[in-house]
Amino acid sequence: MHLATRSLATTVTAVSSAVVLCAALTGCAPQPEEKPKASGASGRNGVTAEACAPGGLATEVEGKLTVGTDKPAYAPWFSDDEPSNGKGFESAVAYAVAKRLGYDRDAVVWQHTPFNSAFAPGAKKFDFDINQVSISESREKAVAFSSGYYDVRQAVVALKSSKAAGAKSVADLKKVKLGAQVGTTSLEFINDLVKPETKPAVYQRNDFAKSALKTGQVDAIVVDLPTAFYITGAEVPEAEVVGQFPNSADQPEQFGLVLDKESTLTSCVSGAVDALRKDGTLAALEKEWLSDAVDAPVLK
Amino acid sequence: MTLHKTLPGEDTYVPSERRIARERHRRARTRRATAIAATSTLVTGVVLFLLITGSPGWDRTQETFFSPHYARVALPQVLEGLWLNLRLLAVCGSAVLAFGLLLAVARTLRGPVFFPIRALATAYTDFFRGLPLIICLLMVVFGVPALRLEGVTNDPVLLGGAALVLTYSAYVAEVFRAGIESVHPSQRAAARSLGLSSGRTLRFVVLPQAVRRVVPPLLNDLVSLQKDTGLVSIAGAVDAVYAAQIIASKDFNYTPYVVAGLVFVALTIPMTRLTDWVTARMDRRRAQGGLV
Repeated sequence: MHLATRSLATTVTAVSSAVVLCAALTGCAPQPEEKPKASGASGRNGVTAEACAPGGLATEVEGKLTVGTDKPAYAPWFSDDEPSNGKGFESAVAYAVAKRLGYDRDAVVWQHTPFNSAFAPGAKKFDFDINQVSISESREKAVAFSSGYYDVRQAVVALKSSKAAGAKSVADLKKVKLGAQVGTTSLEFINDLVKPETKPAVYQRNDFAKSALKTGQVDAIVVDLPTAFYITGAEVPEAEVVGQFPNSADQPEQFGLVLDKESTLTSCVSGAVDALRKDGTLAALEKEWLSDAVDAPVLK
Repeated sequence: MTLHKTLPGEDTYVPSERRIARERHRRARTRRATAIAATSTLVTGVVLFLLITGSPGWDRTQETFFSPHYARVALPQVLEGLWLNLRLLAVCGSAVLAFGLLLAVARTLRGPVFFPIRALATAYTDFFRGLPLIICLLMVVFGVPALRLEGVTNDPVLLGGAALVLTYSAYVAEVFRAGIESVHPSQRAAARSLGLSSGRTLRFVVLPQAVRRVVPPLLNDLVSLQKDTGLVSIAGAVDAVYAAQIIASKDFNYTPYVVAGLVFVALTIPMTRLTDWVTARMDRRRAQGGLV
């Protein structure tokens, strides 16, 4: 009997200490979801100037602007896999946005953020992420987007020798084996617009899609237009841009900067992007870095 | 635990007072232990539940990982992808078992004349056990088509399956070899002294015992293979996990991953139970002096 009581006592102690421990954990484990709100911050477009004090935003690291992007960072969006050199369209846009917000070049810190972790629900380590992420309604449930900084069009790339090379319309692509990268709107275009007879091949990275294109495992791949011209111009010269998909009438697809859903910077960052669009900076950067992406014939 | 049996011509056994008291005490102890275990489990469960659902990020976590809407969207596509996993598992699993056993036998052949075979099999297992599977896959899936060989497929699923067989045969060969070497030499000696040739000794005496001993680790490798079949998706084929990833990265919601994970777990459990049952049956038969 004595033994039994002792084990009972031990158990009770163990359980209660577990409860206490858990309570203690609950007390200090969670990260506060609410960051101190920037005063006077308002909706996505009605930004008040004093709310976005230049260089004084409530960023992750005070006085610094932390910008996330995936690794490797692909051309023509970045150059030499080095986001901090200011070369490549997205690198240039990031620095332009930072400048608008009052952070000069050495106050911008780049951070490797895989695509999948950019939309994880926990607290983010970056202030905004720039990674060719298309804005969509369902994604806005998980993250916040700035206004769009680039209007995307999707294009088809095929080897000049392949049967997909002569396609003039979307219907011509029904019989070919298509490929695209996972998580891209390119894949949605294939599934929703082309609806090919064979299932499209889906690749983790565009590198694999390019390999498959070279070896003939797919007849054509779908990528955004600048990437398409970069592939045909620099990486797979034996391929050509067959054409671009018609834009859906209701809403052109746009890339936006990704912010945490609860971020207090969204309105300021959006304001900066809007200002850059208004004063022609975005257009100039497009011309500088993406000028190769001239028009391709639209697939009817 | 008492035994009240009255046999004719024997004294009827009457348990002593002390014995009855002891048994009563034991029963009480058992009851109390069960009650304590139940209470502590309940308390732990409640604490965990409150801890998780009470955390400040729970609402968003629930929306991101346990959204009923996305679960409904994902399940049919995940199951469609799972069909690819299952086909790969069936074909590659059989190939791996056959090839692995062949390698193990090649490594355990006796006699100096077989040295080159032993050396080759050893080199093969060393190399493919060490080579990371993902690199093996990349080499086979993108390397082989680059050779542009006539008559060699460039179907990514077939090539991916081949890469899986290459790597997993090396693992399984080592498992089989451990089994073969664990059979006591006296078994072999007894078989040979009965006049069995070395081939028949292997076939009827050594291998049956060796295979039976390594069923659990073999199942480990099979479950592991079942999950790794998904890696074939690197070549563009869509398996269960990949189908989940496609939806997850389109709409920024992780629920499809959870669905795919549960589907895989649901697949593994019956497999484990089945092998447990097979092993138990084999043990029973062995205990009865059936098979050697």
